[in-house]
Amino acid sequence: MITKTVNNVQEALQGVENGMTFLLGGFGLCGIPENAIAELVALNVSDLTCISNNAGVDDFGLGLLLQKRQIKKMISSYVGENDEFERQMLSGELEVELIPQGTLAERCRAAQAGFPAIYTPAGFGTEVAQGKETREFNGKMYVLEHAFKADFSFVKAWKGDTAGNLIFKGTARNFNPNMCGAAKITVAEVEELVPAGELDPNQIHIPGIFVQRIFQGTHYQKRIEQRTLTPKS
Amino acid sequence: MLDKNGIAKRIAKEVKDGYYVNLGIGIPTLVANFVRDDIEVEFQSENGILGMGPFPYEGEEDADLINAGKQTITALDGASYFDSAMSFSMIRGQHVDLTILGAMEVAQNGDIANWKIPGRLVKGMGGAMDLVASAENIIVAMMHTNKRGESKLLERCKLPLTGVRCVKKIVTNLAVLEITSEGFKLLERAPGVSIEEIKAATEGTLVVQGDIPEMIL
Repeated sequence: MITKTVNNVQEALQGVENGMTFLLGGFGLCGIPENAIAELVALNVSDLTCISNNAGVDDFGLGLLLQKRQIKKMISSYVGENDEFERQMLSGELEVELIPQGTLAERCRAAQAGFPAIYTPAGFGTEVAQGKETREFNGKMYVLEHAFKADFSFVKAWKGDTAGNLIFKGTARNFNPNMCGAAKITVAEVEELVPAGELDPNQIHIPGIFVQRIFQGTHYQKRIEQRTLTPKS
Repeated sequence: MLDKNGIAKRIAKEVKDGYYVNLGIGIPTLVANFVRDDIEVEFQSENGILGMGPFPYEGEEDADLINAGKQTITALDGASYFDSAMSFSMIRGQHVDLTILGAMEVAQNGDIANWKIPGRLVKGMGGAMDLVASAENIIVAMMHTNKRGESKLLERCKLPLTGVRCVKKIVTNLAVLEITSEGFKLLERAPGVSIEEIKAATEGTLVVQGDIPEMIL
């Protein structure tokens, strides 16, 4: 067994520097690496390029890094619900590249799987395809999209073991598995860290080979953006 | 004329037994409320669930269980969770039978615009570009005109496109229309709405052939 555990978030983020590119899991505030984001704020690293489906909300998630102007460029598919983001984008302080959600997932997966690029039909004929190579397969047009190159992946899982194996919960899975092994170093934070051997190998979503550092996270807020309920009648 | 629930009710009739369906944010989300309960249908949400159920009761909400609109939801018996790449494998690989989404503009050639108003509103395309580029069966749910009273059914889209030549059918507060090589073919009128009213609200070419029935809701 190869041990992947580090003692805390400070050890997990060793090597993080200004100007780096990060992949960050999560959909909205669901399944975001809360501990890694808090530590990036504490480290005060800047000129970051962050690749994440969303950009958090004003006072949580990646919004915390935006507040402190630590992000130079954001690559996302949807960035609503964040006034500070919109202000920085419209004023030109923040560089933003919006890309289709499936393309975001597949550019992560390509990096994880060792493909330099993939062809997708998404965005053909739109401004997303401008300047990109296109090609026809079986009468349909596709756009060439390149694998991401990132320094760190920060992912959040429900359970993990000391060998780096991960299990996700509900829709908090989202981009997290696709980002594992898609950067030079993958840092996984988990709600529950157990000794190797305690998780059923049949139930593992991501094998530890894709994870370099794992630690038990603390103080999870797990905020809900849209609390929608069915009235009890 | 229909309200948003009326549009959703009419679209629910397009949902057939055995369909896997992806519902967009807004009016499309309401469609789930009107699907017949004697057919088997599963709703997919692109953030990673198939078999999405209704909103939870108070006290049962789970931060780890949301839909693509970031709303708390429940999972029905037989549901499954998966990662984003697999979710878009379902969509791109055409395993999802029906996609229902909103739009800011639709052109008579089937082009759709729904993600950006330059200089005013830039929220992003989310999964919409993947959905419209791959889905075989796309229905647009929208109001016939925008808040300024201008037609959303155009000869050519004016806003940045989400996808090209992809929309098949449109259900609005005024009508059901099909995209054809000649233009927007009028299939049904909303209750109490005349052909003249639909013509007046449609900037693109409206094709009217024979008697146009009123929708049955």
